[in-house]
Amino acid sequence: MAERRKGSTSRRPMGANVPAASLSEIVAHLRQNRTILREEWARRITEAQLLTAMTSEEIFAEATSIYDSYVEVLESGSVEALQAYARDLSERIIPRGVETHEVAGMVLLLRDVLARSLFEKYQGDFGLLNRVLDAYEPAANRVANTVAVGFVQERERIIRQQQEAIRELSTPVLQVRERLLILPIIGLIDPQRARQLTEQLLQAIRSNRAKVVVMDITGVPSIDSNVANYLVQTVDASRLMGANVIVTGLSPEIAQTLVVIGVDLSKMDTVGDLQGGIEKAERMLGYKVVPADETL
Amino acid sequence: MQVPILKQRNYLIATIQSALTDADLLQLRDELTARVGRFRSLGVVIDVTVLDVMDSFAVRTLRATVHILKLRGAETVIVGIQPEVAFAMVQLGVTLDREATALDLEEGLVYLDRQVEGSGRHGR
Amino acid sequence: MDGNKRTVQINVDTDIVTARQEGRALAASLGFSSSEQVLIATAISEAARNILLYAGTGTITSSYLEEGSKRGILIVVRDEGPGISDVAQAMVDGYSTSGGLGLGLPGMKRLMDELDIISEGGKGTTLIMKRWKL
Repeated sequence: MAERRKGSTSRRPMGANVPAASLSEIVAHLRQNRTILREEWARRITEAQLLTAMTSEEIFAEATSIYDSYVEVLESGSVEALQAYARDLSERIIPRGVETHEVAGMVLLLRDVLARSLFEKYQGDFGLLNRVLDAYEPAANRVANTVAVGFVQERERIIRQQQEAIRELSTPVLQVRERLLILPIIGLIDPQRARQLTEQLLQAIRSNRAKVVVMDITGVPSIDSNVANYLVQTVDASRLMGANVIVTGLSPEIAQTLVVIGVDLSKMDTVGDLQGGIEKAERMLGYKVVPADETL
Repeated sequence: MQVPILKQRNYLIATIQSALTDADLLQLRDELTARVGRFRSLGVVIDVTVLDVMDSFAVRTLRATVHILKLRGAETVIVGIQPEVAFAMVQLGVTLDREATALDLEEGLVYLDRQVEGSGRHGR
Repeated sequence: MDGNKRTVQINVDTDIVTARQEGRALAASLGFSSSEQVLIATAISEAARNILLYAGTGTITSSYLEEGSKRGILIVVRDEGPGISDVAQAMVDGYSTSGGLGLGLPGMKRLMDELDIISEGGKGTTLIMKRWKL
């Protein structure tokens, strides 16, 4: 009965700004019918075989949160709270293996459930129904968009983090003698990996109190400006920490390429092969490698 | 903020304790110059372990300090540049390629001993 | 005052330290690694230094930055100094190791992820620097 009175806003002259009043009607309706609509939605989710990775209790709990956030966004027009919720939700369900189509599907189902409910309520007055939908549709679409996009972005963020972690694991710094570190580099070097390698090495220099680092680039397939920058940066930064870097695995061709790129090889200690580099490092550190039978 | 400078045998050890303003850095330069002269020090260790940022002014001033002290007869070694700071310096494009650096105070003193021995001068 | 936004007036050399400490603190609260904090603080230090050298006075504002799924820090450096008449040239002239000449803009760009300059001769300079969290 109270709603009928509110419904009298439909008799405002055309051209007046109705959407705000319609929205508050919609919100009131959605809040009043929260229980029914939410259950309907949860039922449709299960029927569509979405969120199979979650139990029905979990689905219901999330459905409740999303429903309430949805209605709040419709009311306030502000998506910030919803964005925050979408991020939070994604963080929780992505590790559970929930797929993008499930999230998009679920949110669209909610939109449908609510739209149907509005249809049902305003079917007697086509003009009013239109105004109500005018208010509802853009808001509902923004919500669907926000949640789905938020989910995808969160996935991308997690993938980037994992890539970073993989990069970190893939290059060990070896300590073979006191004060001597060996860094064999295998694979392509892009700016992100270069940064990570350099940071790792510098930390290792500190924790191992290294004075010489032998960096072998035999396993680097292509020598380009990324590699050149990485080498120069690593040599310079290591020296700032009191460590000398010997670069090994440079063939004459690679050396030529580096010179062409603009690397000043005269500032860099280079040896053709890893073994030679290690021997040079040992000499620098004052080790003398003596054949076993001579020590007797 | 005054940087404490200790005298150890023929060396001076300046240990930076906190972030330095430009004026502090210049004061350090002047203090070391004066004391090297007064004590006829053969070596100086500047310990920057605590500094979390070494910008272009800090690097320029340290370079100038090393050179002035050399003119006064002292070898200088800068010690304690942290991994993150070394990385940032290289990104920024400031280097200390003609100045001596070492990992920490201990290594710095080893370096100075070698330099002083090598130059044939022995301590008073 | 928005807890995620910090502005420092740059008038004297001690302000350089303040600006970079504030920037670093904000970066820390935003979850940047220690290494990234140092990079950001160094960029701020250089920018503050340029303000003093070329304009005499200015401001540096650090704030939280959000773009899609990316989160990061925004550093806006403003002064009413003489401005940069040839921005492209300034981006090429870096520091030489003998130090001092040039604005060090290429260096600052390497320290941050993005660097944009709005400047005209005689009309002051605004630097917009961004660094994204991984």
